[in-house]
Amino acid sequence: MTLATLAPGAARAAEPRPKFVTHQLEAWFGTNRVLKGIDMAIAEHQVTAIIGPSGCGKSTYIRCLNRMHEMVPSARIAGRVELDGQDVYGADIDPVLLRRKVGMVFQKPNPFPTMSIRDNVLAGMRLSRRKLAKSEAEGIVETALRGAALWEEVKDALKKPGMDLSGGQQQRLCIARSIAVEPDVLLMDEPCSALDPIATARIEDLLHELKKRYTIAIVTHNMQQAARVSDRTAFFLSGELVEMAATNTIFTSPSDQRTEDYITGKFG
Amino acid sequence: MTRTHTDREYEAKLDELRQRLVAMAERVDGMVEASVRAVVTRDTALAEATIAIDREVDRCELECDELCLLVLARWQPMASDLRSITIALKMVTDLERIGDLAVNICERALQLNAQPAFEYETIPKMVVIVREMLGDAVRAFVDHDSELARTVLPRDDEVDEHYHTVFRALMQLMRDDPTLLDRGIHVQSVAKFLERIGDHATNLAEQAIFMAAGKDVRHLHKVPRT
Repeated sequence: MTLATLAPGAARAAEPRPKFVTHQLEAWFGTNRVLKGIDMAIAEHQVTAIIGPSGCGKSTYIRCLNRMHEMVPSARIAGRVELDGQDVYGADIDPVLLRRKVGMVFQKPNPFPTMSIRDNVLAGMRLSRRKLAKSEAEGIVETALRGAALWEEVKDALKKPGMDLSGGQQQRLCIARSIAVEPDVLLMDEPCSALDPIATARIEDLLHELKKRYTIAIVTHNMQQAARVSDRTAFFLSGELVEMAATNTIFTSPSDQRTEDYITGKFG
Repeated sequence: MTRTHTDREYEAKLDELRQRLVAMAERVDGMVEASVRAVVTRDTALAEATIAIDREVDRCELECDELCLLVLARWQPMASDLRSITIALKMVTDLERIGDLAVNICERALQLNAQPAFEYETIPKMVVIVREMLGDAVRAFVDHDSELARTVLPRDDEVDEHYHTVFRALMQLMRDDPTLLDRGIHVQSVAKFLERIGDHATNLAEQAIFMAAGKDVRHLHKVPRT
């Protein structure tokens, strides 16, 4: 028994449905194989944290999920990535549409510098060349900003440049931009690493809300953050998935000695 | 090969905590041994000296607690380190209670030594077992040896059996000779305190199992796990 099984309702909770499943996923940059046959599932409406030392392949893994990996020259993959059972590398899949469905938030907040807060939120919609009525656009902006817990702070300043916001607000603006296009999944690559503790706490608080509507995979170097926000945690090492389990299990009684060594700081 | 933490200060603090726990356990074990010796050999000075040691045990408890809080606050330990710290916080409580029970035995020794001698046949057998339980539980914690810790658990039944034997014998003695009532009750208390020490040693063994194997074996018969 582990602490995970002592969590209230843990034994009764139904197994969540897998949103993403990867089968023997391999990824290369040129001749450098950075992922070595990853078999892993990301559960729907859960937060899955991916931890591991620098260079272990965790960012590459999530970039394979929405086909951003292939945007790097010389990058390629092998294996299979399924979203709701469908091969995302299938010939009939449009990568642009896929990336709308599987949004991404990056380490450094990256609002479009010349755009207002409002236009930043609508940028994804506009990229899809869809015409929006003004009232529809206003509704999307408010809904997305509320979803990103930013509305109250910016509702009277929607025309101001996105870059005028603080770092934490900019990151939430980027989350609002991602959710404005109504994705199914949010991939987050160290979304708080450039933020102060208060801004980090706001994002972490937001994650608990966001997972009710979206499936979330978060790459983080901050193990306390992974422990706080995620339902399941995967530990990557040298391009391999060492262990994946309920977060409580990983951080109290991991099965693999390499996981234990990494999270207790005995690594390297 | 056992890896050490990359952060050497963290490693040093965890090591310091282990050493403090072992030192506290050794001190408490010494108190238990001395308390029963004070009863059996009617050594009032030894009883008083042992009572005085309890202050040191209390200080150990405070220092270990403080060190645990410091490590939690500064390093946010995970996995076996997290288990180690949370278990240490529990262990010091059990060790401190064992120290208190040794004091209780010494207080009975002071009472008994003021009266005619009494036969304590089973008491020395009990103290041998509870000291072995205590020693093995602490060694299991330090060595992360869940198998050794598991050997402690059934010995508690042995201690309980001895206690019931003492209890029944004393009841009979006191029925037969009511003038033994006062001494009989004190001796029964000594046996009860040893039985309680066995319970605390069992707690320590259960904690050592959780530390070593991540398995919580407490209350298994009352709270079944899935």
